[in-house]
Amino acid sequence: MNALNNFFLIALPYIALALFLVGSIYRYTYKGFQLSSLSTQFLEGRRLFYGSLPFHWGVLFLFIGHLIAFLFPSSVLAWNSQPLRLLILEITAFIFGISMLVGLVNLLVRRYTTPRLKYVTNKMDLVVYLLLIFQTVIGLWIAYNFRWGSSWFSTLLSPYLYSIFSFQPDIKAIVLLPVPVKLHIIGAFVIIAIIPFSRLIHFLVPPINYIWRPYQQVYWNWSKRDVRNPEAPWSLQRPKNN
Amino acid sequence: MNVRSQISMVFHLDKCIGCHTCSIACKNIWTDRKGAEYMWWNNVETKPGTGYPTKWEDQNIYRGGWQKENGKVSLKGAGKRRGLTNIFYNPNLPVIDDYYEPFTYRYLDLIESPEGDDQPTARPVSLITGEPIDIKMGPNWDDDLSGTPDYARNDPNLKNLSAAEQEVMFQLERMAFFYLPRICNHCLNPACVASCPSGAIYKRGEDGVVLINQEVCRAWRMCVTACPYKKSYYNWHTGKSEKCILCFPRIEAGLAPACMHSCVGRIRYLGVLLYDAEKIEAAVHDDESRLINRQLDMILDPFDEEVIKSAKQNGIADSTIHAAQFSPVYKYVKEWKLALPLHAEFRTLPMLFYVPPLLPVMATVKQVDNSEGEKKMNPMAKYWDDNWLYDTSTKELWGTLDQVRFPLKYLANLLSAGDEELIKDKWRKMMAVRIHRRRVTVGDVSNEKADEALRDAHLTPEMADGIFYLTALAKFEDRFVIPPAHREQAIEMIDFTGDTKGETGFGIKSKIRRGL
Ligand code: SF4
Ligand code: SF4
Repeated sequence: MNALNNFFLIALPYIALALFLVGSIYRYTYKGFQLSSLSTQFLEGRRLFYGSLPFHWGVLFLFIGHLIAFLFPSSVLAWNSQPLRLLILEITAFIFGISMLVGLVNLLVRRYTTPRLKYVTNKMDLVVYLLLIFQTVIGLWIAYNFRWGSSWFSTLLSPYLYSIFSFQPDIKAIVLLPVPVKLHIIGAFVIIAIIPFSRLIHFLVPPINYIWRPYQQVYWNWSKRDVRNPEAPWSLQRPKNN
Repeated sequence: MNVRSQISMVFHLDKCIGCHTCSIACKNIWTDRKGAEYMWWNNVETKPGTGYPTKWEDQNIYRGGWQKENGKVSLKGAGKRRGLTNIFYNPNLPVIDDYYEPFTYRYLDLIESPEGDDQPTARPVSLITGEPIDIKMGPNWDDDLSGTPDYARNDPNLKNLSAAEQEVMFQLERMAFFYLPRICNHCLNPACVASCPSGAIYKRGEDGVVLINQEVCRAWRMCVTACPYKKSYYNWHTGKSEKCILCFPRIEAGLAPACMHSCVGRIRYLGVLLYDAEKIEAAVHDDESRLINRQLDMILDPFDEEVIKSAKQNGIADSTIHAAQFSPVYKYVKEWKLALPLHAEFRTLPMLFYVPPLLPVMATVKQVDNSEGEKKMNPMAKYWDDNWLYDTSTKELWGTLDQVRFPLKYLANLLSAGDEELIKDKWRKMMAVRIHRRRVTVGDVSNEKADEALRDAHLTPEMADGIFYLTALAKFEDRFVIPPAHREQAIEMIDFTGDTKGETGFGIKSKIRRGL
């Protein structure tokens, strides 16, 4: 039992994080062409609406929720100190969870029942779908059966995650947690591990800088001022788009 | 003054014969590969018609281009707020059926089928699924007005034409049409660039070519929506968007782009325009009726000392300035004011200009009485049992502008943001050139008449001769004035793109694989 716990709660996270880091950096640096969300809206644009939207907004909310609980556990606890606020948080999160599940199921069904999509689907896509569905179902199960997760996440899981990231893994508290919670943790790290090997990678390249960049972009392959200056060798002018 | 140079194009619509050679040349070089089969970076549509993709001009459907609301100009269907909130599902994205499902035929069945009672056939199969399909739509499905009720009558440019005017256009006997070849306009205010959340699309400073960096594109597909001309395409296989690259590897080598080089009608002209980038902002924000004038205002005189000086300061090479001075595009667009941008009201400042067609518009029809002839006809003989005849024999030699059989408004909707006077102005010039040349070569037109025509059109005889020369006689070097690329300073041009033909088409030299 101890060995199992050690493997899944200490070794797996490190393996996953290592794979994630090395794999993502490698893929970003050397395989830029393969970094894409691989949208299939162009081949099927109607049913995607009922899958992509509920899934993405759901997962976005829940991901940010988990992140906040991990980064600022005390503020989540403070928020939850009033039962009403706790209730609001839990119910909202649950609704987003349901939305995510509905979206995922729709996406899965869409992908395997639309003839055209068969030709842009690979095995990894199925793995991703099944993993995410598993993770969502377990998450909803936990939320329903082991109430007020947002509070105990902040007190139990945040310190555990923190211990992982500070390289002093401490699983004393969480080995006592029920199996579904452990499964959820394992699922999370497996998902992190396969990010660089699946289409999930696209979540690492959200177009954030669009918010502040100017709309138009003009790139010069050489510096337009220096090019007429005989003193300035052209090869020193780094092109901006390479 | 912030002088920049732009490789710019003129298409002379009077000369296009609709042969689609240009499209084939482009396809053979760039888009004959998986995921790009349906893309026609260069396509030729019959007008009136719904075009490719179907009804691309109707921005109520596709929401492309810029719109001006309360004095503010913003992207209609994309932009920072709309683009980022619609990133998971883009409600205005055209899907493959708006273009057509690419197909081929099982040719092998013709020779490999076992012997039987029936002729073997080559069934059409989808290039996406490989399964047999019923072809519902294909490139140029509505070519030469075929399927008029479904296509030509739904042309978005027919808006604000009265029912009677539309009827006139569609009486079979009077039907007129012309071809509209389209490539990416390499706009000065490109909606595709502005809409790309990843910043993968950019305009090259040196020559104004608009390109998509294939390594940075992440398939957010906003450019497909945003380009009002639908000239940015989504490759469903690689998960990257692609568009016309103006054959930049050819231009850099001093060759005309493939579509232009191969153009049978010799309708295409390519050359440098110098323009003032500081004026873009104001031009884009002006009223619809002034957009075209504003755009012409931005184009600078390449002989002007001031312009040359600032151009040099901006690092524009002498050879480029020289090319600008001999640019056929400058002549058509600015000197003679004969060419107009397509749908200026989209506010992208397109840099491909069109000379509006005159010929299909000028002939009329008349009813003739064939009954006598029919009586005499040997009953076995075939004859044309139609009482309508094209009447090109007016007293005026070519008919007059008042007799056009194509509503002016239609062309105005297409080429001058609704301004009929502008179209008339071009026609008057083209007519004057004809009359003037008739005087010179045949001599049966009186001097008064020819001079009056020229005066009306604000042309001098020299200008008319110039127009005649460039329109009718121009040789290769006159039609394409391409500045040297200065390879010693360039970066993108180092790759030989022939290596990856059929795989990437451009830029990338590694083998193409779709991501996981
Ligand atoms: S025509 Fe479309 S794709 Fe080409 S530059 Fe303009 S907006 Fe971009
Ligand atoms: S090759 Fe020239 S003439 Fe033929 S369709 Fe294309 S533009 Fe028109």
